Amino acid sequence: MKTKIIVLLICYFPLIMAVFIPAVAVSAQQPTPSDDEMNAIARQLYCPVCENTPLDVCPTTACHQWRELIRQMLAEGKSEAEIKQYFVDYYGARVLSEPPITGINWLVYIVPPVTFLAGVYLLFRAFQIWKRMAKEPEMGVDKSDSPRKVPESSKRSGSAEDGKYVVRLEEELKKRK
Amino acid sequence: MLAQFGIGMFLLTFLLALFSVGAAVAGYFSKSDRWVEAARRSMLLIFPLITVAALTLIYLLVTGHYEIEYVYSVTSNDMPFYLKVTALWGGQAGSLVLWSWLMSAFASAVTLRKWERDRELLPWVIVVTSVTLAFFLSLTILYENPFARWWQTTAGDFVPRMFAPAGAVAITPMDGQGLNPLLRHPGMIVHPPMLYLGFVAFVIPYAFAIAALVTGHSDDRWIRLTRRWTLVAWVFLSIGLVLGMRWAYDVLGWGGYWAWDPVETASLMPWLTGTAFLHSVMIQEKRGMFKQWNMLLIILTYALVIFGTFLTRSGVFSSVHAFSQSAIGPMFFAFIGITFVTSLALLIYRWKDLRAEVEMRSLFSREAFFLLNNLLFMGVLIVCFWGVIFPLISELVTGQKVTVGPPFYQRANGPLFGALMAIMGIAPLTAWGRSTAGTLGRMLWKPAIPSLLTTVILLFLGMRNWIALIGFTLVAFVIFVTIYEFWSGGRSREKKVKENFLVALWQLVGRNRRRYGGYLIHLSMVVMAIGILGIEVYRTTTQKTLAVGEDIQIAGYTLRYNSLAQFPSTDGRFVTRANMSVFRDGKLLGNLYPRYDYYPTSGQMMTVAGVRSTLADDLYVVLVNWENVSLIQAPFKVYHNPLINWLWIGSLMFIFGFLVAAWPDREKEKREE
Repeated sequence: MKTKIIVLLICYFPLIMAVFIPAVAVSAQQPTPSDDEMNAIARQLYCPVCENTPLDVCPTTACHQWRELIRQMLAEGKSEAEIKQYFVDYYGARVLSEPPITGINWLVYIVPPVTFLAGVYLLFRAFQIWKRMAKEPEMGVDKSDSPRKVPESSKRSGSAEDGKYVVRLEEELKKRK
Repeated sequence: MLAQFGIGMFLLTFLLALFSVGAAVAGYFSKSDRWVEAARRSMLLIFPLITVAALTLIYLLVTGHYEIEYVYSVTSNDMPFYLKVTALWGGQAGSLVLWSWLMSAFASAVTLRKWERDRELLPWVIVVTSVTLAFFLSLTILYENPFARWWQTTAGDFVPRMFAPAGAVAITPMDGQGLNPLLRHPGMIVHPPMLYLGFVAFVIPYAFAIAALVTGHSDDRWIRLTRRWTLVAWVFLSIGLVLGMRWAYDVLGWGGYWAWDPVETASLMPWLTGTAFLHSVMIQEKRGMFKQWNMLLIILTYALVIFGTFLTRSGVFSSVHAFSQSAIGPMFFAFIGITFVTSLALLIYRWKDLRAEVEMRSLFSREAFFLLNNLLFMGVLIVCFWGVIFPLISELVTGQKVTVGPPFYQRANGPLFGALMAIMGIAPLTAWGRSTAGTLGRMLWKPAIPSLLTTVILLFLGMRNWIALIGFTLVAFVIFVTIYEFWSGGRSREKKVKENFLVALWQLVGRNRRRYGGYLIHLSMVVMAIGILGIEVYRTTTQKTLAVGEDIQIAGYTLRYNSLAQFPSTDGRFVTRANMSVFRDGKLLGNLYPRYDYYPTSGQMMTVAGVRSTLADDLYVVLVNWENVSLIQAPFKVYHNPLINWLWIGSLMFIFGFLVAAWPDREKEKREE
């Protein structure tokens, strides 16, 4: 009886294995990615149809399908960069939350800092000119801000500073009355 | 009949606006007071006439005259009365009517009150307001007629026209499409009028500025005359923006308040120049400096007000090609171009007359910091402007559309806003005119110590994110500086006038409303910053499909899905509502009811999040209607938004600050006159 069972087992071994192997193969595959894993990528992509709506919150059917596509690609083991590239290839650069740094898209990143720095430079130059101009009338009597002048002889202790501040504040307030 | 009456009224007001422009110009050049008076009176007549036209439209809206295309598109039988009234600004044509209505009200207010005082500027104030008004009225009459009615042509098509096309039959639908459900939120009902009030009120200081340029009055009279207008414009625009944020947070179902959407960014741009203007006019008043710059700022603000309306109304966002097909897009484009170039030409013409009376003395003076504040606001403006128009440029040049989304704006504007907060703290401690690094440094250390102490405490409590650390330190710094300002002012008065400290403080604020109201506004801004830092740095989110009885966890909270109910509502909606219990450490905190409403008449859906709101955080749950929802299982998206409520608390404080700053001071006004 015992040997019969062993023979049967040996005979049926390929069959038993055939049942188990797919199960082993399936478990070796990626588990279904969670909503959060899918949304982590969907959040960075913009719906190509709806204006300015990130893919993770877009209610259209098309977006639902695109999200499922992300999930499927994640399950296939694709990386975040590969998935994003796939969407760019199919729907163009507008699916990305920022333009890729190619062609005229450089301008989007360069113009604001260059303009701002130009503003900083202009302001700096203006300050230099004003300073130079201010030194000249200093030789004469300048009444333009005399009520606000703080005596230089004031002591540099905390309470003296406080006093100076209060004097200045009072002058400013008086000026407003 | 009523429709013809309504459009007839608009036509009449348009002609009156043109007449007042002509009469004012004639009056100015011929030095004839009679012509100017004629211009003023026709200006005054416009407001009641537009009111009659607007009330006619409101009457058609509330009585369900669906033969009128506009009424059909924004109202339906099942809508409550108040929504039918507010449907006036629920669509494009009605929004433009509201614009003209508010513009005429403000123009009347200017020309009705104390106009004798501004006699020399008056003709050109009338010209600017009437030209702006005539432009908006022309859009209503020629392109966006809210009184057009439905006709069925011989080919069987339904077309909206004012007059019958040949052989067409008049059609009267039984019901309308109803207002977009997203617009049925209290925030959205008040948001557009607030924003428009802000937009329109900025036309008044601009009109006075242009009047000053044309007439050659290079002093700061135009600024003094429009000081309160500017403040009112700025506060309405600010409230409009905050209401828009609240609406987005409550209705759009993505758990955020600001998405750097081009429409939002377009309405932020005039606020940026307006805020810069509000600060820099103080330098002109105090020191007679930056006259040219102030002119440029108000010209920019006006251009951006029209540009903001243009961007949202021309269809240019969906595609540059939609712009060329849109009827009003090119009109707006031309109007902005003409007014901007003319204003700049005037400014250049008067450039020399607007020279500063005194020069900048020190890099550490208050005026220097105000200038730095202006530079930073301009920096944010450049980022916003470029971010909004770059996709259009890209589409025009390469034919490819690109998205300039939140990461771009956050990266570029974050440091600029941080620097603005630092200046908000430093500037109140500086002196006008002369100031040195030493004096400023000695003023700074007192509020700087408790601020740095705050950083240490936050570090000790486990905060490691450097953006949050810098942000909260700056928040603390501004709060301590502001408290110091109030305290030292109150103490000084207490000693001098021998008053009780609280009485002294009350008197101090009462006598210097603009200064201390301004400080309260600073305080409200940093309170808002607490909310913004909380949600931007610490927001977390998770999504899961739950079977009844299952849980989802986020930030220490556990949410259990109890049940789902589906039922029709009395106002025609079909409601799908989930019931969830919220637990923390095993203790039941309460229940949440995230839901979505389906509007069968328009086929639209509206998500209403279930929100548990505290001062520490918001738990914001969305029943995800775009996934499969069934009675057995339902998908939920949960957001944990720390500190977000401080954004709304800050905005209430802001209104209080404004009231303090703008409260009329009769004695002071008398003295000034």
